[in-house]
Amino acid sequence: MSETPPTTPAANPTVFDLFTGFFIIGVCGFGGVLPWARWVIVEKRKWLTPPEFTEMLGLCQFLPGGNIMNVTIALGSRFRGIPGALACFLGLMTAPVAIVIGLGAVYDLYADVAPVRRAFVALAAAAAALLVASAWKIAAPLWGRPLAVGVAVCTFVAIAVLRLPLQAAMPVLAIGSTLLLWRFRT
Amino acid sequence: MNILLELAAVYGQLSLLAFGGANAVIPEMQRQVVDVHHWMSAREFASLYALAQAAPGPNMMVVSLVGWRVAGLWGALVTTGAVAAPSSILTLLVSGVWYRFKDANWRKVLQAGLQPVSAGLIMASAALLVETTVVDWTAAAVTIVATGLFMFTKLHPMLILAAAAAAGAIGLVG
Repeated sequence: MSETPPTTPAANPTVFDLFTGFFIIGVCGFGGVLPWARWVIVEKRKWLTPPEFTEMLGLCQFLPGGNIMNVTIALGSRFRGIPGALACFLGLMTAPVAIVIGLGAVYDLYADVAPVRRAFVALAAAAAALLVASAWKIAAPLWGRPLAVGVAVCTFVAIAVLRLPLQAAMPVLAIGSTLLLWRFRT
Repeated sequence: MNILLELAAVYGQLSLLAFGGANAVIPEMQRQVVDVHHWMSAREFASLYALAQAAPGPNMMVVSLVGWRVAGLWGALVTTGAVAAPSSILTLLVSGVWYRFKDANWRKVLQAGLQPVSAGLIMASAALLVETTVVDWTAAAVTIVATGLFMFTKLHPMLILAAAAAAGAIGLVG
């Protein structure tokens, strides 16, 4: 009997492996978890090949919800079903939730101290800037496509200027955009 | 209504609307938390958002932090669970069949249609946060300088956030 060489890594992580892998991703992921997720999943543990990871990430970015949260579910369930998905999710979230609550408690204690209060005014301004920069990067592929830019501007006006409730605006925007871009596809 | 149920209802709804991740639903989260339920002021919401950026993990830690602020540890667990459950169930159902439709045309059409909506949502989030956080000209200066650094340098984001906080602490901002 001859064995054919595996085309995918011979990964067979246990529920515990999945928990520890995502625990590392959660703890290390300062300023963005995706590079760490790739490092653990593809390079260190070799659970997925690079194209498999890209494909899974594409799905998780397409679906609603946090991208990395969706990765925990898609990857965990692929290897170990629902227990695997739960292990990945809990592994990812346990440390960050504990740390952010700790930060919140510290903030509460010292929020009235002038230097701390000023530090938070500046931190909030910089955190808003971080979101401006990522919005710019996400919008960059739309340039040169007037219809796509038009949809993005309509979405912006509906939410930021008119302050429409998202539950009402989202279905209209998503369906309208899909039909419009499909009808006038190039 | 029990406050934990209210938190679960608000964040459960946000889950399936978050096309483009948590940052896409920041305006709706703020509208619900500040304007509809009056759990905190817009300034406080912006502070919690900033604080969440200083924690490791997914970029939705503001969800846990708001839950904690409104209803303690249980609040944090409820908001985190509520924001994750609906989208996770959807991912669980879809990830099995998704690969079968790898080259299906409708998949590409849907992806192309949602992309500009996600971009618009995240731009709206950024605009609302800037509107709340720019309390004076020094904060505006921090936002402008930091935006430039995030966009045009390869400095680690945490380094830029830490530098801003330090500038505030020594009295240059605020």
